[in-house]
Amino acid sequence: MASKAAIIVHSGDMDKVYSALILGNGALSMGMEASLFFTFWGLQRLKKGGLEKGPLSKMNMLGLGKWMIKRKMKQARVASLEKLMQDFKELGGKILACDMTMDIMGVKREDLRDDLISDYCGVGTYMNEAKDATVTLFI
Amino acid sequence: MAEIKIDCSGETCPVPLVETRKALRKAKEGDIVEVIGTHPSSKKEIPMAVKAMGLELLEVREEKGGVWKIRIRR
Repeated sequence: MASKAAIIVHSGDMDKVYSALILGNGALSMGMEASLFFTFWGLQRLKKGGLEKGPLSKMNMLGLGKWMIKRKMKQARVASLEKLMQDFKELGGKILACDMTMDIMGVKREDLRDDLISDYCGVGTYMNEAKDATVTLFI
Repeated sequence: MAEIKIDCSGETCPVPLVETRKALRKAKEGDIVEVIGTHPSSKKEIPMAVKAMGLELLEVREEKGGVWKIRIRR
């Protein structure tokens, strides 16, 4: 059986969502399986139109820092979060949405990108993914 | 047997690695995937992925101006 990465995306910060998606794509590219469990602030990024909306985790400066970093990233031809998400899906990665976060934050299914989400679930599903994972991360 | 060529020149992490994996998934057994790129780490990492997936690395060639070419048999 292929080795696996099971990653929790707790942060909704742009730079951390980048980390999660790059790591997920990296795992799939190395022939591993990968799943990303989006919870709390991370789940907000699965809202329709929400993927690129996160602030920078440091030096956001009301969006000025994020704007500067985005400009630098464009110059360096870094892929967009949308492309990384589409690649992740194409390579067979799983996107899991935390249903408890949906309850406490009043997020409905129709608010989320249903096309991306493999399952709406809880800790049991994540642990079931993680129990035979060789890489587990909390971002 | 088909030969699939992908050009990742100018692309940075993780695009060359991801595009290689996408091409390998689409390839049939025996097909050859040829990747061209400029991202230095990918030149080392694509062969790592090839090895991890048990595929055949045919060639890693350094060309002019920091361009590399990697050939893989699925």
